Amino acid sequence: MTAISTTRQSTRGSSAGRLAAHDLTLGYDERVVVDHVTTQLPDGQVTVIVGANACGKSTLLRGMARLLKPRGGEVLLDGKSIHGIPTKEVARALGLLPQNPIAPEGVTVIDLVGRGRTPHQGRFQRWSAQDEAAVTRALQATDTLGLADRVVDELSGGQRQRVWIAMALAQETDLLLLDEPTTYLDVAHQVEVLDLLRDLNASQGTTIVMVLHELNLAARYADHLIAMRDGRISSAGAPAEVITRQGVREVFGMDCRVIQDPVSDTPMVVPVGRHQPTTPRSTNRSAHLVEVSNHGGTA
Amino acid sequence: MSATEIVCRARRSTARRHIAVVTGLGLAVVGAFLVRVLLGDFTVTFPDLVRILAGAQIPGATFIVLETKLPRAVLGVLVGAAFGLGGAIFQTTLRNALASPDVIGVSMGASAAAVFAIVTLGLQGAAVSGFAIAGALGVSLVVRLVAGSHGGYRIVLVGVGCAAFLTSVVQYLFTRANIYDAQAALVWLTGSLARANWELIGQLTLTLVVLLPLVWWFAGALRLTELGTDTATALGSGPRRTDVLLLLAVLLVSVGVAAAGPVSFTGFLAGPIARALNGGRTTLVGSMLTGALIVTSGDYLGAYLVPDLNLPVGVVTGACGAPFLLWLLATGRATRSTS
Repeated sequence: MTAISTTRQSTRGSSAGRLAAHDLTLGYDERVVVDHVTTQLPDGQVTVIVGANACGKSTLLRGMARLLKPRGGEVLLDGKSIHGIPTKEVARALGLLPQNPIAPEGVTVIDLVGRGRTPHQGRFQRWSAQDEAAVTRALQATDTLGLADRVVDELSGGQRQRVWIAMALAQETDLLLLDEPTTYLDVAHQVEVLDLLRDLNASQGTTIVMVLHELNLAARYADHLIAMRDGRISSAGAPAEVITRQGVREVFGMDCRVIQDPVSDTPMVVPVGRHQPTTPRSTNRSAHLVEVSNHGGTA
Repeated sequence: MSATEIVCRARRSTARRHIAVVTGLGLAVVGAFLVRVLLGDFTVTFPDLVRILAGAQIPGATFIVLETKLPRAVLGVLVGAAFGLGGAIFQTTLRNALASPDVIGVSMGASAAAVFAIVTLGLQGAAVSGFAIAGALGVSLVVRLVAGSHGGYRIVLVGVGCAAFLTSVVQYLFTRANIYDAQAALVWLTGSLARANWELIGQLTLTLVVLLPLVWWFAGALRLTELGTDTATALGSGPRRTDVLLLLAVLLVSVGVAAAGPVSFTGFLAGPIARALNGGRTTLVGSMLTGALIVTSGDYLGAYLVPDLNLPVGVVTGACGAPFLLWLLATGRATRSTS
């Protein structure tokens, strides 16, 4: 850890977490992807994991959700090793939405969301009034009630993502982990999904942990930010502490300016890059384009 | 309409469709069964059939119905159900329409072991069936170990490779066989209901009575397996349940092969047909009934479609299955990719 202080204190000052990684090492085949990571995910907050491609952020999330067996160290849920707890019991406390969930052919929205109830169902008593109520709530929260009898394959990307989140909500867990819930969505749908998760956090107190690509959205929606580099946590804390010019250079190897987001006052990253218009921006669009291309020609 | 009503209604509409599909297929199986028993080169009327079943001795008819027509139809239903169910479990678990036991070498493993037992060891009867079952289990184990836990695609490739290898083993064994053994071994390659008798039916029924409740018990896991390994684990389903389910499917297919030989492509065809009827959704009961329908009607067609030519049922199903396989490959419908 370098120039950045590794404060674990977050904006809301809480650091107690039901879910924690202790000296966790994860990998696929020969490759180590997450290297001796120790961290705690603050309860009742939105934690976002950011980092460059292949830094191990998705792997860390999958490891925390017991989808990968640790090479070393352990994941603790309520102080107990997660791999020692029966998987169905874990599923009642912790939900996970993978990056590319697979919708079975012909499955309807109601059927898919209903499958989120599985951890709460016994072998013989398969569908209860509680299941019905939980599914209804999940559909209402994600605004997908009107899609209930539609086939998932036929929905738009944004609708489909809301349906998957509804399935995870129907699971009614205190902890919800999401691996890049906004991939393949346009910016309006990205904001819609993130707003939905924030609402859920505010109304139910659900602890949310997600991997996000978009730094500025991460800074806006996170209480607690974890920045990863080369399989290690390079810094963690409130967005304002993690997203600094130095911090971004550290994690992404990119020069940037950090300004205040005019809407939310959270830090906002403006990349410097190698190409900028040399003259002040003109309001005339075509003139601006000419500037850019001239600059490109002489650079 | 209140939110709860919308949820109730949406849940019921898919359930209703499934019930309709299962009922329709059930009636079709009964129809094909009756056609197989009543029609053909020796016709029996329905009232006569009822009388024969009640114990009446009608000269000629009683013998033909009880000793050939009825056993053939019953065996066709049982074997078809076993293949249809086994195939659908494979295709659903591995999320690949090509990953049916008759494509990935499981049936071929049973055939090769049976031919080996007949030709090289000179065995007969139940011992050969035992070898067939062991062969199917052995091949599945090898395919599983070589393919690793990487899912459907690798299993299909490794399985097709194994099937090709086993085919050459069978061909080698045939070059070493005497003409009588070769004749006995031939049944294990095409699939035929000609060996149908009540003892065989009794054994198969007994096995199915044990296997079907186990399948029902473990099949709940399929609803999660279908969602991919990550989501299934997140919803609390361990990988062990699907392994058990695959093992049960291998047993279903191998006892089917032990009774009637590998009725080619039955398991491969049944799942996708039932699925198409059910709005694309998996239906194990539907697949089972479709399998029974395919084998029973295929046996009837093989026997009477071409005059003076008695084709084993496996030839008929093979002829239907091959174009379907090509169609699946050509339209890229074989695998369910990510959403």
